[in-house]
Amino acid sequence: MAVTFKGGFHVRDYKELTNKVKTTTLPDCDMHIFPMRQHIGAPLEALVKKGDYVTVGQKIADSSAFVSAPIHSSVSGTVLKIEPYFHDSGTKVDAIFVKNDGQYTVYDGIKPKDYRSMNKDNMLKVIREAGIVGMGGAGFPTHVKLSPQQKVDHVIVNGAECEPFITSDHHYMLEEPDKIVFGLKMAMKILGLKEGYIGVEVNKPDGIASIKSCKEFDSSIHIVELKTKYPQGAEKQLIKAITGRNVPAGKLPADAGAVVVNVATCVAIANAFQTGMPAIEKNVTVSGDAIKNPSCFRARTGIPVSFLIDQAGGFVAPPEKLISGGPMMGLAQYNTDYPVTKTTSSILAMLHAPKTYDPDAPCIRCGRCVEHCPMRLMPLKLADASHKDDIEMAERYNVTECIECGLCSYICPANKNLLQFIRMIKPDVLRKQREEAAKRG
Amino acid sequence: MENKFIVSSSPHLHTSATTQRIMLDVIIALIPTTIVGWIFFGIHSVLVTVSAMAAAVVSERIFDLIMKKPNTCQDLSALLTGLLIGLNMPPAIPVWMVVIGSAFAIIIVKQMFGGLGKNFMNPALGARCFMLIAWTGAMTTFREPLVDAVSSATPLAVMKDGAEGTLPTLMQCFIGLKAGTIGEVSALALIVGFIYLLARKVVSIRIPAAYIISFAVLTFFCGKNAFNMNYLMHQLLTGGLLLGAFFMATDYVTTPTTPRGMIVFGIGCGVLTFVIRRFGGYPEGVSFSILLMNLAAPLIERYTVPKSFGNMGGARK
Repeated sequence: MAVTFKGGFHVRDYKELTNKVKTTTLPDCDMHIFPMRQHIGAPLEALVKKGDYVTVGQKIADSSAFVSAPIHSSVSGTVLKIEPYFHDSGTKVDAIFVKNDGQYTVYDGIKPKDYRSMNKDNMLKVIREAGIVGMGGAGFPTHVKLSPQQKVDHVIVNGAECEPFITSDHHYMLEEPDKIVFGLKMAMKILGLKEGYIGVEVNKPDGIASIKSCKEFDSSIHIVELKTKYPQGAEKQLIKAITGRNVPAGKLPADAGAVVVNVATCVAIANAFQTGMPAIEKNVTVSGDAIKNPSCFRARTGIPVSFLIDQAGGFVAPPEKLISGGPMMGLAQYNTDYPVTKTTSSILAMLHAPKTYDPDAPCIRCGRCVEHCPMRLMPLKLADASHKDDIEMAERYNVTECIECGLCSYICPANKNLLQFIRMIKPDVLRKQREEAAKRG
Repeated sequence: MENKFIVSSSPHLHTSATTQRIMLDVIIALIPTTIVGWIFFGIHSVLVTVSAMAAAVVSERIFDLIMKKPNTCQDLSALLTGLLIGLNMPPAIPVWMVVIGSAFAIIIVKQMFGGLGKNFMNPALGARCFMLIAWTGAMTTFREPLVDAVSSATPLAVMKDGAEGTLPTLMQCFIGLKAGTIGEVSALALIVGFIYLLARKVVSIRIPAAYIISFAVLTFFCGKNAFNMNYLMHQLLTGGLLLGAFFMATDYVTTPTTPRGMIVFGIGCGVLTFVIRRFGGYPEGVSFSILLMNLAAPLIERYTVPKSFGNMGGARK
């Protein structure tokens, strides 16, 4: 029996577009652009300057802060310039432009790490130096995640991949199951745990079979089948399904004794130890009804999205919407120039934007948003509070717990973009709570 | 930059469900009982239901025009209200009364309070009770199905105060061969329609189940003929209980949206219906019960807000 959480909804997943194709590598791209913000945490400083020659795996930006992760070049070539450039967050971010010489000369320091003789701190250092962050899209530095203050008894690999369209993690399961399991074992070693869990939605039976039959798989690894339901891959919902625990409001997964790492992150951890190569590659799903040949690419970071779209056959017709990430939580883009970063999992091009949300449409109080909210909130009340700018009401209905999964907006028959209303009031509530906390000292 | 993309807040997918489709589903679910009513009560019942629907839609349109609001008829909610009013009418009611009732439902009960989604009580039931008070005679004159112009007491009235007439058999009640309003007589047709609603996931079973079970338990243990299975089944299968529980008490707008609130609402309806049928002056109490509970819905909702995920406790086992 597949486990799950209460609430949620099976959103049509469109994964059939790309779940049968093989992951393909890409031809050379002339220019790679590395935005200096690919993680959550302290900003980075460039370690190279215009005219420098860089090699594959060479660190090109770093920070001395603990909560940060360095960036490495994914190609060899010359640094052309450092200037602000498009970023999938919608703003421009300082980026390092590297002209690819097509040689892919590997950086000197890249060699396998002797993890057997390493202690926990040295292993964390390897992960930090490899620039590994939450590759599912969040971008939280993995070495920080793997050094929790609290006692942790569950380490879980997130293979739910519940966002529609995306099959990047699925392809890792099919093609590199050993790396997933090996990466998990490294995480287990760091956390001092004997057992690890891999949660996979049951809509990927071949992925589950592939992991179960790989060389690294043994009795210390438990594969947990998850019900196919959105948002099963949300951290708190995944922990609930596997451990039965609720992460308390305003707390971290570690407070419930669990650490969750993404499938792609595990692969990056495995690479960092097995070959020494930092996080410079990423499976990227290019899909959507506007893409001629929906594909899954093994992309080097820094490659412009327009290049990937061309490799997928281009657009069948001009799309109305371009999304970085999944259709439920991804960010709408205004051009195809932004580069692939460590957190890019997919690029979706839609021929038609969904029907425009109607802010004036009457709520018929059908209760679907309440019934399906994975955080057990009342989106209709939160939207109402937002409409009235009633911060107390939004707080009373626990607006700060919203994980912004978008299910309420998706499911609303009255076509209201409930999440957008929630997003409008949430910062006000957070500010109020910060001010109150400051007053209390 | 030859492409221009639409940039908007996520999510970028949307369900195919619409308000209009939900209303249509409820109308479809009401078709079996409507047709049974038409067959049993003849041409005048057709006239009653059709004029109720027409009056509701026309009232909605006129109100929109007067208030300079966009046309709201295409959401089908007015059509549904009209149909429900028609199904709640005794078969022989004069058509002009029905037209006034429909207009009252749409203009006074629904639009005056802000239109779809804002009304505090079920418009169809509001109209029914208004008519029950305004034209008590016409609203309580029932007749036997399949025969012309023989007035007859409803089984509930027979059970209540031993009015003239004999109780129909349970099988007759189930199929609908008994006196009653156009849409309430056939339990079979109502159940078929309700199963369709459940299958389409338009309504949850919480309110109807809580309503019917609480009513049945009270009737079985504290009814006029307590511990009498036959009496209990007659109470369940006659009157507007099933029509009310399946189609009126499940109206989204006037019921709580919280799962626990729905159960409380259903139990409240069941208790009130029992009290009115057992101790009240009227033989039937479904409409009043649901209306009273409609008024309590905001309060119920307020006290049944689900515990949020992060406040449920259970961080460590």
